[in-house]
Amino acid sequence: MFRKITAERLNQLFEEISAKQGLYIPVDREDGTAEYKKYESGMKLSNALNTVRSAKDFFFPQTENLAAFKINGKNIEIEDIRRECEDFVIFGVRGCDAHSFDILDKVYLTDPVDSFYKNRRDHGTVVTIACTRPSETCFCTVFGIDPTMPGGDVTVFPDGDGFFFLANTEKGESFLADIDHLLEDGDASRLMAVQENTRNVLKKLPLAGLSTESFGGERLNELFNSDKWGELSESCIGCGTCTFVCPTCQCYDIKDFNTGDSVVRFRCWDSCMYSDFTKMAHGNPRISQLERFRQRFMHKLVYFPANNNGEFGCVGCGRCLQKCPVSMNIVKVMKALEVK
Amino acid sequence: MQEAMIKRAEELFSNGTVNRVLGWKSGEFAYDHTPAVFTSAEELERDFVCDDFTSANLSKYLVKETKKDGRILAFLKPCDTYSFNQLVKEHRVDREKVYVIGIPGGPKLDIEKIKAKGITGILNVKNENYTLKIETIYGTSEMPFFEAVSGKCASCKSKKHVVYDELIGEDGDVLESDRFAMIEKLENMTAQERYDFWRGELSKCIRCNACRNVCPACTCEKCVFDNPDSGLENKAAADSFEENMFHIIRAFHVAGRCTDCGECSRVCPQNIPLHLLNRKFIKDINSLYGTYQAGENTTDKAPLNDYKLDDCEASVVHERGVE
Amino acid sequence: MNTNDTLIPLLGIVTDIRQDTPDVKTFRVVAPNGGKVFEHMPGQCAMLSIPGVGEGMFSITSSPTNREFMEFSIKKCGCLTSWLHMMDVGQMITIRGPYGNAFPVETELKGKNLLFIAGGIGLAPLRSVINYVRDNRKNYGNVRIVYGSRSKDDLVDYQEIIDEWMQDDGIKVNLTIDNAQEGWDGHVGFVPNYVKELNPSVDCIALVCGPPIMIKFTLAGLKELGFTETQVYTTMELRMKCGVGKCGRCNIGNKYVCKDGPVFRFDELDKLPDEY
Repeated sequence: MFRKITAERLNQLFEEISAKQGLYIPVDREDGTAEYKKYESGMKLSNALNTVRSAKDFFFPQTENLAAFKINGKNIEIEDIRRECEDFVIFGVRGCDAHSFDILDKVYLTDPVDSFYKNRRDHGTVVTIACTRPSETCFCTVFGIDPTMPGGDVTVFPDGDGFFFLANTEKGESFLADIDHLLEDGDASRLMAVQENTRNVLKKLPLAGLSTESFGGERLNELFNSDKWGELSESCIGCGTCTFVCPTCQCYDIKDFNTGDSVVRFRCWDSCMYSDFTKMAHGNPRISQLERFRQRFMHKLVYFPANNNGEFGCVGCGRCLQKCPVSMNIVKVMKALEVK
Repeated sequence: MQEAMIKRAEELFSNGTVNRVLGWKSGEFAYDHTPAVFTSAEELERDFVCDDFTSANLSKYLVKETKKDGRILAFLKPCDTYSFNQLVKEHRVDREKVYVIGIPGGPKLDIEKIKAKGITGILNVKNENYTLKIETIYGTSEMPFFEAVSGKCASCKSKKHVVYDELIGEDGDVLESDRFAMIEKLENMTAQERYDFWRGELSKCIRCNACRNVCPACTCEKCVFDNPDSGLENKAAADSFEENMFHIIRAFHVAGRCTDCGECSRVCPQNIPLHLLNRKFIKDINSLYGTYQAGENTTDKAPLNDYKLDDCEASVVHERGVE
Repeated sequence: MNTNDTLIPLLGIVTDIRQDTPDVKTFRVVAPNGGKVFEHMPGQCAMLSIPGVGEGMFSITSSPTNREFMEFSIKKCGCLTSWLHMMDVGQMITIRGPYGNAFPVETELKGKNLLFIAGGIGLAPLRSVINYVRDNRKNYGNVRIVYGSRSKDDLVDYQEIIDEWMQDDGIKVNLTIDNAQEGWDGHVGFVPNYVKELNPSVDCIALVCGPPIMIKFTLAGLKELGFTETQVYTTMELRMKCGVGKCGRCNIGNKYVCKDGPVFRFDELDKLPDEY
């Protein structure tokens, strides 16, 4: 029997979880967009399809300190400032973002393991939520994601008047065991209808027919040398919006900050769209926006799959489609480069 | 309108006046148009678009485009002509290499304002007598046109083209806008309230640099914030106040040159009302040095670049800062 | 959090600084308690840093057969390298690594005749291999070193070349400088041309390192002499931050120079996009 919670009791659930550990849920902002916030009493789960910033922040924050250095004359002392992260729950992750964690894992959990990322990953419980109203900008199915079965440690399925829970991992089972007293047995027949309906919508989405056939490591040089990049990159203003709202963009910079009495080394999100990304003291292999623009899409559509058994570095969340200041995005790039 | 523009562009192609056209290219949906350079009549016929969603200001692209050979046709809305003039004044754009066709301005629409109504799965948006009929995957929705007008058009300052070689459609007038209303509201706040307002807004910043990169006043070859040798380079805030500094410094740098085109707020992925910082400077310049509109022409000296004996004393800043 | 993380560096002390050329210094680095900070293979790199200034990837120029210390030959050309050049002996720096692959000294290069071709600071990564080969002499065939620089003063490790390499039986050293100058009676001319003049036997493996333009012409010259791309190795240098293929900036196509390089055989490089 499926266990469910009624919509009215959802906040009671949030109260219980947040009493024990940090709980993050998507909440609405005044402008109609949504963002993840640490749960506080009275907050309401957003109905928005997705947050402006992706859920990658929880495991790969925009800035994070790596180490500290005390400098005394010619002497340096290194301080390991890492601390065991506290347990936390992210509730309401969509299938696209949940899949982005698998992609980030392939980068950060392969040898040598990134201990900063792993620490957060180990202590985070991912509660996903099944999509019921995908948007025209969604194309996750193109990358093999089923947003009606979004994965994570626990999946939550809304059926209109409540939420069904399903554990996918051991961590998820223990999470469910802790909240079981708030759940009740539910009749899943309506849920099946909701899922069926969503699957039908997914098939009809305007981008559902987008093809990945033309991409992957096999066509590396052909795609790199395509004469389409000039036209595609022409409108790009070289900002980092696509990179920073993207759930799979994982490039970072490492910088030092002098606090006055010590030096803190931190890392921060970086963007291949920025002019200084590959700049060296004696030159830059990517001198114009064409090369930088090409790098971002080649990484997701060619280099990443070449290194990861054909898996693409995009989850089709549609954030770049919504947020690029000039509406240039991976879908337009794929369509332009597609071999018909 | 769109047909007339394409037709005129084709004429200017064929009579050799221009070799390229700067406009907007239609996208996947009804609203995601991309600025683009067209080089043939076929491209224009296929992709050129000008409708309620072509709000991007094309002027800044001319910095790059006028470095190339030949003359380019640029379709400029009234607000875009102010940016264009300012760029010409700053010697960033070569006026001789641009054939400007002034086209009517907005109000343009902001798709996010439609989505904010909970309308999703948008396939088409039609304006029928100022009611938007929105076709979606989930059926048809309606909303008043004016509720979807983009922020920058809602407080339009002028329908007048300050520069053009020819016009398509009528020229308009400088408008009496209420664009300083929100500034007055901010000025009337207590220092703490104002601080909280800006901290709340600016803390949303993700340092994507979209505001800077889209800004027609930000054309430095190398921005101090990108220059490792400046000592200011920062991709990330080392503390929570640094994002605020980025925006405040940028506002200072474009003060007197910002034409209030509103692109900064339009492109901000976090919807921070960045234009308010610039507008505060515009309002202050107007009240301290007399009314001035950047980009109105290419000749007037900007008040901040022009010293007069009766200029206000620096102490005005101090006096005004006292609660 | 007991796990090591490669991003957290170790400490090193600079125990000797040698002014090699007007803009190249060689720094000797040991662990605070003496000995090497870590082991490496010829061609591998390390991230050196002065906290507060920056971190940069440098080739380890000493041979792993040296049991006492590591050396780095560093040309002054940017912010970090300028700071490194200002250091005095006794200065601590941070160091992490080793990063990247290495020249295949124990596999493909073993038993082979070796031709080293270097230009300017490009000698730094090759010096590690050359001294490794000298210390394991019986494992390799004939060795020839062709090295050139702008001027006599710009020849890195000149003293070591004169005092040690040139005294070694079975090692031929050919030096050249770009323009004639007083006090130089050796060869004058660019490295690629000199290599062609020397007309080395193709029965060897070539290791080429230097400025991109020199590498390009040298490879073309070697091909003219009958060399195939599978017998020529080089090392690449791009901007790096992490050193382990995660920060995403030193890629050439799908290969990360920090992890899959810096050593590439030319036939491997040829398969990758021309973006370096």
